Amino acid sequence: MTHQELIVKLKAIVSPYVQDEAAFANLNEDTDFVKDLKINSANLVDIILDIEDEFDIRLENEDMEKMLDVKSAMEIVNTKLNS
Amino acid sequence: MKKRVVITGLGVVAPNGVGVSEFTKALKQGESGISFHQQLKDLNFSCQIGGIPKISEELKSKYFTDLQLRGFNSSGILYGCISGIDAWKDAGFEMNPDSELDYDTGLIFGTGTSGVEKFREAIYKLDDGQVRRLGSTVVLQTMASGVSAYLSGMLGLGNQVTTNSSACTTGTEALLMGFERIQNGKAKRMLVGSCSDHGPYVWGGFDAMRVMTYKHNDKPEQGSRPMSGTASGFAPGSGAGALVLESLESALERGAKIYAEVLGGEVNSGGQRQGGTLTAPNAEAVQRCIKGAIENSGVSSSEIDVINGHLTATSKDALEIENWTKALNKSGNNFPYINSTKSMVGHCLAAAGAIECVASIIQLKEQFVAPNINCDDLHPEIEAIVSKERIPTEKVNISFDVIAKASFGFGDVNACVLFKRYIA
Repeated sequence: MTHQELIVKLKAIVSPYVQDEAAFANLNEDTDFVKDLKINSANLVDIILDIEDEFDIRLENEDMEKMLDVKSAMEIVNTKLNS
Repeated sequence: MKKRVVITGLGVVAPNGVGVSEFTKALKQGESGISFHQQLKDLNFSCQIGGIPKISEELKSKYFTDLQLRGFNSSGILYGCISGIDAWKDAGFEMNPDSELDYDTGLIFGTGTSGVEKFREAIYKLDDGQVRRLGSTVVLQTMASGVSAYLSGMLGLGNQVTTNSSACTTGTEALLMGFERIQNGKAKRMLVGSCSDHGPYVWGGFDAMRVMTYKHNDKPEQGSRPMSGTASGFAPGSGAGALVLESLESALERGAKIYAEVLGGEVNSGGQRQGGTLTAPNAEAVQRCIKGAIENSGVSSSEIDVINGHLTATSKDALEIENWTKALNKSGNNFPYINSTKSMVGHCLAAAGAIECVASIIQLKEQFVAPNINCDDLHPEIEAIVSKERIPTEKVNISFDVIAKASFGFGDVNACVLFKRYIA
């Protein structure tokens, strides 16, 4: 999966939880889920489950703790897909 | 000096009408909201009928955001929020996510249990070892105060926000708790009400107790028969009712529409003594509750024109009528008009008190007594103590000032409230 394809998929996954549409429109690797997109921190676990379903992978508690922005989410998903 | 308390907003989600105008129409026309449910039949219920409010996806999206509806499966919270928001808007306020926090308004919204279908989903996952797959929505939808948490956030309420629970007394008790808070000057406004989930996982336990009717599966709209000689148990219902209570001074100050005044009320328990049990009322305590409500309202029993009873269509209806006759010291032709909203909506359990308080206010405001449908064959034990014409089966238009509303619940708990017509 290319870098761009992965971003597009992640964007679709986080979309329903976003509370700041302007930040979402400018989403890039440095975008923070809570600080920038104003996603309710409780919804981060829902995003994790949606990512698991989309990519057919399993994310552990340690992965969840790191997955706070687009960049870390991409790294973790790529690692899981390539392992 | 205690503050006077009035009602400035109403909202209702009932099996026979969603919204105050639809519900009012249904009350006047004697429309039943009870229907047959294949799901109950498939699950081998004896009683296969029940009352479920009709809520379209389109209506839902007017009250909830897409995100709120994601993984949402709690019918009680759905009904509670719709009725609560309606009542709030009816009182002249807005629902705006950026509104200023209102420290003068609180919320007491009761329920029996919350999100049973959501809980069922969660239990299946848990038992399958999938606790990590529950997501974030289970707690908020299954905690008893879920409805209060959702609603207070939608409206930005900053006074006391809580949930009460006292079985089928819940809604009437919530109203009295809010009333007292305003009376005592602790809040200007209280949004009060109650809600109940629908469906087999709420109703199953009652079916097992054989307290729901199994004789009307083929004629569901005739199934809820309070005070009838052929009553054979209640028809289960669901929904929510909500009322905005407000100090009279606050209501007058902002020129609010006033539906009625809450004169006073009483709550007590029979303590499961003197014939009272977990499921049956202590008659003396019921009478004491009614008398206390009258006394606290500063009126005499002869001023009560209409009663909206608890009257569920079980064998206890005759005992309830007897309790009213003793508490009011009135019987025969001298007895007030009495009706049971349950003949049209079924027994909405934890939501019953609030839906029926809303029905009482509507009747008082619009000056009519709603019909007792399915009561053409009045129970002989009731007819022996109260004249048949005091239990109307057709709508009666009368001019009246005071209506008494009572609710009773499992655990031997009682609540009674008196409302008075407000004339500016």
